[in-house]
Amino acid sequence: MRITVTVDGTEYSDDVEPRMLLVQYLRERLGKTGTVIGCDTSNCGACTVHLDGHSIKSCSVLAVQADGSEVTTIEGLARDGTLHPVQQAFHDNHALQCGFCTPGMIMQSVDLLADNPDPDEKAVREGLEGNLCRCTGYQNIVKAVRDAAHHMRPGAGPEAERVDERTPSHAAGGE
Amino acid sequence: MIPANFDYVAPAGVDEAVRALAEAGEDAKVLAGGQSLLPVLRMRLAAPTTIVDLRKVGDMRGVREDGDAIVIGAMTTHYEVQRDPLVAEHAELIKLATDTVADPQVRHRGTFGGALAHADPAGDLPAPAVALGAEFVIAGPSGRRTVPAAEFFVDFFTTALQPDELLVEVRVPKHTGWGAHYEKFNRVAQAWSIVGVAACVRADGGTIAEARVALTNMAATPVRATGVENALVGQPANAESIKAAAAHAAEGTSPTADGNADERYRKHLAEVLTGRAVAAAAGS
Ligand SMILES: Cc1cc2nc3c(=O)[nH]c(=O)nc-3n(C[C@H](O)[C@H](O)[C@H](O)COP(=O)(O)OP(=O)(O)OC[C@H]3O[C@@H](n4cnc5c(N)ncnc54)[C@H](O)[C@@H]3O)c2cc1C
Ligand code: FES
Repeated sequence: MRITVTVDGTEYSDDVEPRMLLVQYLRERLGKTGTVIGCDTSNCGACTVHLDGHSIKSCSVLAVQADGSEVTTIEGLARDGTLHPVQQAFHDNHALQCGFCTPGMIMQSVDLLADNPDPDEKAVREGLEGNLCRCTGYQNIVKAVRDAAHHMRPGAGPEAERVDERTPSHAAGGE
Repeated sequence: MIPANFDYVAPAGVDEAVRALAEAGEDAKVLAGGQSLLPVLRMRLAAPTTIVDLRKVGDMRGVREDGDAIVIGAMTTHYEVQRDPLVAEHAELIKLATDTVADPQVRHRGTFGGALAHADPAGDLPAPAVALGAEFVIAGPSGRRTVPAAEFFVDFFTTALQPDELLVEVRVPKHTGWGAHYEKFNRVAQAWSIVGVAACVRADGGTIAEARVALTNMAATPVRATGVENALVGQPANAESIKAAAAHAAEGTSPTADGNADERYRKHLAEVLTGRAVAAAAGS
């Protein structure tokens, strides 16, 4: 089946088998290996990307279900060589050890901050409940997300303008 | 793992979807959010020949008001239900239960109708639907029919839906002004209910005038705790009467034993969690 998907700002048109998972399409067809696969049970969140402005687990979506949609992966966050504030905060706060969960953690954190720009510790932990980390004990991840929120708050400088890329359909719940 | 091969269709309307199901025959499967179905396909626990994806069926999505009920489209996502003003005002119990489902990514994709059609005994939405007396609107080759919640859930992962039928929408009688609470017990984040209790209470000047209580994962299907409801009505909304009523919670239940809990522990949980849920719903 032929699908057309915009991934990290570039439009792709490809023939895919209906059974192909979105994560396979991203990794194996488009070479976007920044998005990783950590489990076989839809639990770990390592494969998290944004589909039309919402975080989703790309191992639990078919590529054909993304036809006509816009996908943002971890590879699409940095602009002109400058890290997204959430990426920078993970770096600054040492919010990783092995780094395998990091792409999914960052994509989910960006989603969380778009919904709640100033989350307290509990809100961060709940917002990241679909992402598992086996190394850090989550302490520095929580710190990083709150640090990013601080840097992205209104008036914090031009970076702040790059945070919320959601379309108006987000609020209306359309797809 | 990767699913076995299948044909894929994405019809644009309810009638078209029903026709597609009929044409594809017995081994067709409906795809909503895919958050239960895709894991099943990936594990190869099922291998349907045709997938009928409902993502383009626009009139199955969203919430509307219809007299003394609100109508929730089957394709409305958990994320949308959580934020819908009609649900918050007239069926807060459903919002509160949906808040506890899975994690944000799954709630962005998973749908209200999919969670009900899947009928997992540990799923969090069947019990609120039973507690509120919801009605299920089903479309099939011979037209539409409406099934009450008590008859919709038939057995483990089994509903009144036939293979050639679609769940279109769910009518939920308004419970405006009722207090509500969903008390879920699980071990870790993002996990299914070991036991859950859905409670909805209408208090009248400190007295409980009406109560609706239903239990998650205390049998193959959600259980309406009528013993608790009857014991609550007419009583003061205080700790003592709530505790006495909650002692009826496990009556008539037949919970399974698994790695999380045996039958006796589940019955104990049902009583404790019912006490908490009713107290929170009654605001006491
Ligand atoms: C990691 C994880 C954690 C989860 N935790 C919880 C939890 O704590 N509590 C909870 O309640 N749920 C949980 N879920 C399940 C989640 O709620 C799913 O969204 C839901 O069970 C299925 O909804 P869906 O739209 O994704 O349906 P799908 O997966 O698309 O479909 C599920 C089943 O229902 C059928 N179906 C779907 N829609 C219709 C329809 N309109 N008409 C007829 N048949 C239909 C499908 O054919 C399929 O058999 C979890 C899921 C995951 C992946
Ligand atoms: S790889 Fe998708 S949730 Fe684990």
